[in-house]
Amino acid sequence: MASVQLEGVRKTYPNGHVAAQGLDLHIADGEFMVLVGPSGCGKSTALRMIAGLETPTGGRILIGDRDVTVVPPQQRDIAMVFQTYALYPHMTVRENLAFGLRMRGASRAEIEQRVGEAARALALEPVLDRKPAQLSGGQRQRVALGRAIVREPKVFLFDEPLSNLDAKLRVETRAELARLHRRLGATIVYVTHDQEEAMTLGSRVAVMRDGFLQQVAPPMELYRYPANKFVAEFVGSPAMNFLPGEILAELSPANPGTAVLGVRPHDLTIVTAGAGDLDALVDVVEPRGSELLVYLRLGAEGNGPELRVVAPPETAVEADRVVGVRFDRERLHWFDEETGRRV
Amino acid sequence: MLALLVLGSAFPLYWAILASFTPEARLFGGPSLLPSELVLDHYRALFTQRNFWIPIRNSLIVAGTTTAFCVAVGALCAYALARLQFRGKFALLGFILAVGMFPQISVVSPLYMLLRSLGLINTYPGLVLPYLTFAMPLTVWLLVGFFRQLPAELEEAAMVDGASRLRAFGEVIVPLALPGLATTAILTFVYSWNEFLFALSFTLGPERQTVPVAIALFRGMYQVPWGQILAAAVVATLPVTLLVLAFQRRIVQGLTAGAVKG
Amino acid sequence: MHLHDLRMPWLGRPFVGLSNYLEAVGDPRFRGALWHTLFFAATSVSLELLIGLWLALALNQAFRGRGLVRAAVLVPWAIPTVVSALLWRFMFEGQTGIVNAALVDIGLMREPIVWFIQPGTAWVPVILADVWKTTPFVALLLLAGLQNIDASLYEAARIDGASAWRQFRHVTLPLLKPAILVALIFRTLDAFRVFDLIYALTGGGPGTSTEPIALYTFNALLQNLQFGYGSALSVIVFVVTFGLAMIYIRFLGAELMGSRR
Repeated sequence: MASVQLEGVRKTYPNGHVAAQGLDLHIADGEFMVLVGPSGCGKSTALRMIAGLETPTGGRILIGDRDVTVVPPQQRDIAMVFQTYALYPHMTVRENLAFGLRMRGASRAEIEQRVGEAARALALEPVLDRKPAQLSGGQRQRVALGRAIVREPKVFLFDEPLSNLDAKLRVETRAELARLHRRLGATIVYVTHDQEEAMTLGSRVAVMRDGFLQQVAPPMELYRYPANKFVAEFVGSPAMNFLPGEILAELSPANPGTAVLGVRPHDLTIVTAGAGDLDALVDVVEPRGSELLVYLRLGAEGNGPELRVVAPPETAVEADRVVGVRFDRERLHWFDEETGRRV
Repeated sequence: MLALLVLGSAFPLYWAILASFTPEARLFGGPSLLPSELVLDHYRALFTQRNFWIPIRNSLIVAGTTTAFCVAVGALCAYALARLQFRGKFALLGFILAVGMFPQISVVSPLYMLLRSLGLINTYPGLVLPYLTFAMPLTVWLLVGFFRQLPAELEEAAMVDGASRLRAFGEVIVPLALPGLATTAILTFVYSWNEFLFALSFTLGPERQTVPVAIALFRGMYQVPWGQILAAAVVATLPVTLLVLAFQRRIVQGLTAGAVKG
Repeated sequence: MHLHDLRMPWLGRPFVGLSNYLEAVGDPRFRGALWHTLFFAATSVSLELLIGLWLALALNQAFRGRGLVRAAVLVPWAIPTVVSALLWRFMFEGQTGIVNAALVDIGLMREPIVWFIQPGTAWVPVILADVWKTTPFVALLLLAGLQNIDASLYEAARIDGASAWRQFRHVTLPLLKPAILVALIFRTLDAFRVFDLIYALTGGGPGTSTEPIALYTFNALLQNLQFGYGSALSVIVFVVTFGLAMIYIRFLGAELMGSRR
C-alpha cells in the first residue's frame, strides 16, 4: 500500500477545455478518498491521471515516494475498476481475473492460488469458466472488483463502479466495498457523482467543481462546516435552504446586506404561527414514512422565498395553513453573497 | 418479381457455365437453355495449351501478398488512427480516403516510371506495390471503423493490468477485432484478385500476368476462342464466388460499414 | 512530366509548357472520350440507383430465403469486371448469340442485329453489364440505410393515417437521403474511372465511339507511348475525379464527426 500525492496537477485538453486547475491533494496510505462532484467537474480526469491514462499538462503525481507523472499505467502498480467494468469479452472469468497477474509474469501456481482466493471471497467460483456475456450485472461488477484485488496493487482506483447497478444491489455493494476496504487496509481513490455514496464510503471526501477542489474533509465535517455555498448545496439531502441575509439580520455575523443564510431542512422546526422566528404558509406536504418533507413559503401570505423543512411524522401540518418556523441557532451557515465563501 | 430479378442476375453466369462445357462448334449454333452435349474440351485446353495455372498462381501470389501485408500493417495504422489523439488526424483520414478514391489511370504513368527505374516491371513486387495504393486505404478505412466500435476502456483496463500498449493490442484488441479483420481481408483479396489496369500495364508477358489480364488477352487476332474464355471466366470467378457465398453476411457488413457509418 | 513532350523519351525532355493541355482541349478524340464518359456515368448510375432502391426496399422486407437472395445478388459484384464484360460480350456476340436469338424468338426483332458495329447498339451491352455488376452494391448501401431507420417512425406514420406511398415519400426518402447520396457519389466516381469493362467488352469500338477517358489515356500512354500527353490526360482525369471526391469527403467527413463522442 502507498500514499498518493497530487501537487499542482493541471490538465488542459487540446481543445482548450481545462479539466484540472492545479489540484493539490494528499491521500494517505490506507485512506478511502472519494472524489465527488457534478458531471464535467474533472473528477474522472483526476482519477485517469492517477492511473496514467491521461498525462497532466502541469504539476506532479506521486505514488508512495515515486514520481509517476509520466510513467505509463502498466508500470504504476495500480488497479482500476471501470464504470463499464471493461471485462475482456473473449476471456472467461478465470482468464479475466488472471490477466493482470499473467501480464506481470506471475507463476502458474501463484496465479491459480490468487484467482481461487479472490473467486472465493467474491462468490465467483461457480461462474469461473463462463464468459462475461453470460453473467448478471452484479456478477460482472464482482468480476471487475476481483480483477482489481487479485493483483494486490499499491492503490485501487474506482470510476463510478456502482452506477450500472440497480438501487438495491448498489446499497449492498456499497457495504461490501466498505468491508473490503477495512479488510485490505487498501488505499482507495473512488470517483462518484452521488453525494450519498461519497458520504457513506469515504474516510475523506474531495468535492470538485469546474476543475477546482472545493473542499477536502471527512464526511461529517463536510456536512457540518461546508467551506462554501457550492459544497453546502451539493452535500446533504434534501438540499440546504438559502435565504437572503436580511431575513435574520440580527443573527448575521457580517453585513446582512451581502450575506446569504444557509440552513438545512433538518435544522428547522415547525411551531404554531407566531411562536417561531418567522411565519410561513404551508405549500406542499410530502410524507416520507420516517419523516415529513414540508415545503413552505415565507410570510403569512406565502409570497416570500421557499423553504424546505424536515419534520417528525406526527407534526400537524396541512397545506394552506400558516405556521411558524424556528431556526436552530447552532446550525446556521453564513456565506458571502459574492464569493460564496463561508463567513 | 424479385425471383425474376434473381434469375436475371444469375442468368449470365449460368449461360457462361453452360457454354464453357459446350463444344466450340455449337456455341453459336442455335442456343438452347438446357445442356445437350457436355464436354470438358475447353477446360482441358485451358490448362494444357494455355497453361492457365500460371496466371492463377500469379493472382494468388499477388492478391495473397497484398492482402497479408495490408491487413498486418493496416491494422496497426488503423489502430493508431482509431485511438490516438494527434493533430491533423482528421485531415489524415480524409487524405487516406482521397488516395483510395484516386483514379488509377492517373497514377499509371508515374508508377510505370517508378517501377521501371526500380527494375520492377513484370515482377511480383511490381504488382504488389501498386496494389497497395488502393488496397491500403481500403484496409485502413474499414479497420478504423471496426476498431472504433470496440470500447477504449478495454485496452485501458489491459494497460492498468500491466500490459504495454502493443501487448494490449495483441491480447485484447486483435482477438475482439478478428471478425472485422477477416471481413477486411476478404474484401482486400477480392479487390486485388479482380484488379485489371495495373496488372495490364505493369506486366509484359504471360509469365507474370494475372487471371483477369490473361483472360482479356485470350482474344486472338482473327478468332475469339469463346469456349476457352468462358471456361477461364468460370475458373476465375470460382474462388471469389465461394468466398462471397461463405462470408456474405460479413461482406455486406464490411461494404456498408466503410461507406455509410464511416 | 505532363509539361514535357515525351513522345520520344530518349531525346531528353523538352519543356513544352501547357501545350499538352491545349492539345487535349483541341483534340476531338479527347472531347469524344469525355462525352462518352459523361454519358456512361449518367445512364448507368441513374439506372443503378433506381433498380438498387427498388431492390433494397424489397430486401428490407422479411421473407424466407432473404439470405439466399442477398448472396445471389452479391455474386455479380464479386466476379472480376473483365470477366463480367466478357460474359456480356458473349451473350451479345454474333448473329446467333443468345440475346439475338431470344429477341427474335419472342418477336421483338424481325432479324438479328450485329450489336457491336453501331455506336448506338454497342452501348447497350456496356450499360447492361455495368448495371448488372454494380446494382447489388448500390442496393446493399441503401439497404443498410433503410435498416438504420427506426421502425417506430413507420408505426407513428401509420397511426397518423399515412398511406404506403406517403410513408415512403415522407419517412423513407428523407431519412435515406444520406445513403442515397453516398451511393450516388461512390458510383459516379467509379463510373468516371471506367476502364476494365469497356476495354474487354468493346475495346472502345466501333472506332472510338465507346471509348471513355480512362481508355483513351491508357492508349495514349502505353499503346502510342505519348507519355507527356498521356500524363496531361491523367491529370485532367485526376482533377475531375478529385473535385467529385472532395464533395464525397466533405459529406462523409460530417458523418464521421457526428459518430464521434
